[in-house]
Amino acid sequence: MIAIVNYGRGNIFSLARALEHVGADHFVTEDPERISTASGIVLPGVGAFRDAMDRLRERSLGDAIKLAASRGVPLLGICLGMQILFDRSTEFGDSPGLGLISGTVDRLPKGEAGAPRVRIPNVGWRHVALRKSHPMTADLAPEDMLYFVHSYVPYPEDPRHILAVLPVNGMEAAVMVGQGNVVGCQFHPEKSGPVGLRLLGAFAREVKARQPARRTA
Amino acid sequence: MSKTPPPRLISRLDIKGRNVVKGIQFEGLRVVGDPGVLTKRYYEQGIDEILYIDTVASLYGRNNILSMVEKAAESTFVPMTVGGGLRSVEDIVAALNHGADKVAINTAAVARPELIREAAEAFGSQCVVVSVEAKRRGPGQWEAFTDNGREASGVDVLEWVAKAEALGAGELLISSVDQDGTCRGFDIDLLREVRARVEIPVIASGGAGEAAHVVTVLRDTEIDAVACGHILHFEKHSVAGLKQEMRASGLEVRL
Repeated sequence: MIAIVNYGRGNIFSLARALEHVGADHFVTEDPERISTASGIVLPGVGAFRDAMDRLRERSLGDAIKLAASRGVPLLGICLGMQILFDRSTEFGDSPGLGLISGTVDRLPKGEAGAPRVRIPNVGWRHVALRKSHPMTADLAPEDMLYFVHSYVPYPEDPRHILAVLPVNGMEAAVMVGQGNVVGCQFHPEKSGPVGLRLLGAFAREVKARQPARRTA
Repeated sequence: MSKTPPPRLISRLDIKGRNVVKGIQFEGLRVVGDPGVLTKRYYEQGIDEILYIDTVASLYGRNNILSMVEKAAESTFVPMTVGGGLRSVEDIVAALNHGADKVAINTAAVARPELIREAAEAFGSQCVVVSVEAKRRGPGQWEAFTDNGREASGVDVLEWVAKAEALGAGELLISSVDQDGTCRGFDIDLLREVRARVEIPVIASGGAGEAAHVVTVLRDTEIDAVACGHILHFEKHSVAGLKQEMRASGLEVRL
């Protein structure tokens, strides 16, 4: 079962419907103990970094997520939930994150006035360029578009953790990252129509594949 | 090398009671149909985003569309923005919990601009769309209206949009009260003036009667998205058909 972490900052409803749509067993929880029983974890997030981290800490959810990730449980962070996987963010002052992937979250560059540029917040549907293969993106075609709405992105320390990029005002923003069983996407798969549902379906299959067959005895 | 994102095509569903309605210049509302049926149709035809505006919520100080949005969100996996009658951070939490991804605020923000800052701090700017109902008052001059085009606020639109951005708005929904429902095209001057004053994405609303209007506003004003009611509701174009026309005119679209 996939646990959707509910810490009061995320579009839990849409995410739950999307997982249901792709046939993934899931539950919504704010209980650290239930997170430790999950075979997969999705960390959603809408809002500001520090506020979200405070909420995770108050509910002792941060440690539960880290522990599960260290045990190899597949973890998917979405949007702010992806940013939280990193060491820290500069949003509203320096705030520490979960530190599951090395790097800092910072503003997207604004670009030069007068030249064609991406306005910030970066809102809309975009093609992404894959940098590394990953089971989640195995079915992603070059013409597929994904929905973004964000002003910040992670700057991973190790380029090997970058799975996909999006060109934004002169830089290649890391919009999908992964390290072992921990993966994050800046776009919203639950809001990216059939393309996004396909990615979530692939994540759900990963969770299933990794699940130990413990019910046989 | 950066490319600007393709313009978004948004379907605008003005809600009154249990129905989607459409008027002319925000008046004479006509029933169009069931919000669930329209949402499903637009989603299946490839809409980029859906906007729900409760047209009577601020009049009665309540919000009756959340259950409707929740039902629509069950099988619609594109972004949804909800507006109409949202007055506080608590109201916004309720909208987000019912499946909204973004909220549009107008009346409450004009009355108390600090609401924009509070909402941006709690949910991030990307979640906060400031909705502006603009009525032309003279050459280069527009007044902001509230309560779904019913009340004049005395606030100058071009000053207001700059202030809204400074307070943390993530996007602007600019509706022309004069052009709404007329099918005579967008208020290009208004959108150009707004564009020149803010950096954040701008959504144009009011006046689209044919594909050429959509193409013109996107080509001439550097706005980021168009919200269409009439043209889709009365099936002058399907979403896919409208996007095909946009593509044929050289605009990049998501098909």
